Amino acid sequence: MTTPAAELDCRGLPCPRPIIELAKALPAVALGELLSVVSDDPAARHDVPAWCRMRGQEYVGEEAADDGVPRYVVRRVS
Amino acid sequence: MTTPSGTPGEAIPRPLDHYLDTASAEPLHPAAREVLLAALERGYADPRRLHRQARDARLLLDNARAVVAECLGARPDEVGFAASGTDAVHRGLLGLVRAQRGTARTGVVHSAVEHSSVLHAVGWLDSPLHASVPVDASARVDPAAVDAAARSDGVAVVALQAANQEVGTVQPVDALDLPERIPLFVDAAAAAGRIELPSRWDALAASARKFGGPAGVGVLVVRREVRWSTPFPGDDGLDQLGGDANVPGALATAAALQAVLSEREETAARQHELTDRIRRAVGSLPDTEVVGDPVDRLPHLVTFSCLYVAGDELVTALDRRGYGVASGSACTASTLEPSHVLAAMGALTHGNVRVSLRRDSTVAEVDGFCAAVADAVAEFRSGAGL
Repeated sequence: MTTPAAELDCRGLPCPRPIIELAKALPAVALGELLSVVSDDPAARHDVPAWCRMRGQEYVGEEAADDGVPRYVVRRVS
Repeated sequence: MTTPSGTPGEAIPRPLDHYLDTASAEPLHPAAREVLLAALERGYADPRRLHRQARDARLLLDNARAVVAECLGARPDEVGFAASGTDAVHRGLLGLVRAQRGTARTGVVHSAVEHSSVLHAVGWLDSPLHASVPVDASARVDPAAVDAAARSDGVAVVALQAANQEVGTVQPVDALDLPERIPLFVDAAAAAGRIELPSRWDALAASARKFGGPAGVGVLVVRREVRWSTPFPGDDGLDQLGGDANVPGALATAAALQAVLSEREETAARQHELTDRIRRAVGSLPDTEVVGDPVDRLPHLVTFSCLYVAGDELVTALDRRGYGVASGSACTASTLEPSHVLAAMGALTHGNVRVSLRRDSTVAEVDGFCAAVADAVAEFRSGAGL
């Protein structure tokens, strides 16, 4: 997976905060670039892909940050 | 020791103005209330005894079984009353597995969106052969996928709900083509009294409070020719599940079921229109997704999720505006895990609301509710800086 242009550290933030941060950060990301959110909230695993579907963005996938916390990667396509 | 002051019940708050959570518990049907009060006076004795009062209780209990049997297309001796819908599910499903002990068949095949009572029962059975069948985006299983899973070695039982409790989608139970020897358990708790139930099953469970009967009564129906053994300590048979019979509760359950079924088509048509109205109004809000099948669904229930809003805060905000609803969002659950149903569908799990109408819910009430949702969601989003 390519390195995202921006990464949001949402460790410890409950749902829906990681998704709110994702939405706020998106406008600063260029079309075609990646944005990732690191979140230990169990809902993020479902809600990042759902957000992508509802907002017309591409969900790239899940990987693990250095400390093992899930990192969800999104590509801005619109 | 101090003597408690006051009477039990005096601290109970007034009911909400707009109670919209009948999928959890419907207010007691007037027909059930009348029967319950009369049966409390008459049905106190133990129906197993031989005296006059016991014979009276036995008569009432047999009457309840006969009425429920007729309502569900069963025979009276196929009907039992359990301590709750959950208890009926546990006894029904586990009893079908228990009857096969000593064989190599230990696995349960079930949909990914079964009620937690089904999933808890499956998890309680120690077997490596359980299989969860995924659902599509509307929460419906593919019957062919269930059939295929049922043909694996070691499958004891298939469990499939009649309709989903969270999003209302009706499951294709009658489309299943299971191997002859594999019994089918149907959790009809969300569907009983709401829609026509599947016709082919071996054991079926329902919950009285979800169709206007009293809380604390479950219905378990097991076909006479099906192998079923009580999975918990006690005698086999459906007559006295879990010990003493709740005769007044059973009779009130029968009265509620009979009453809601006599009004079912009319109620369902009215509720279907009202939930369509909610689906249209809420679905037109920005970044809001109505989930579950739009047509082939329970008539009284609609579920939606709003981006950027916390489910517990939304439920509380709606409660302040007079609307009592449920939510499948993680922050409303004791586990902090989001609803397994929403997750299995790939639906948004936060900002989730489940609305379920009463029989007497009105257009004005539904419109007021939709306005309250629009208002609360806009407030939260602007508060979050969106």
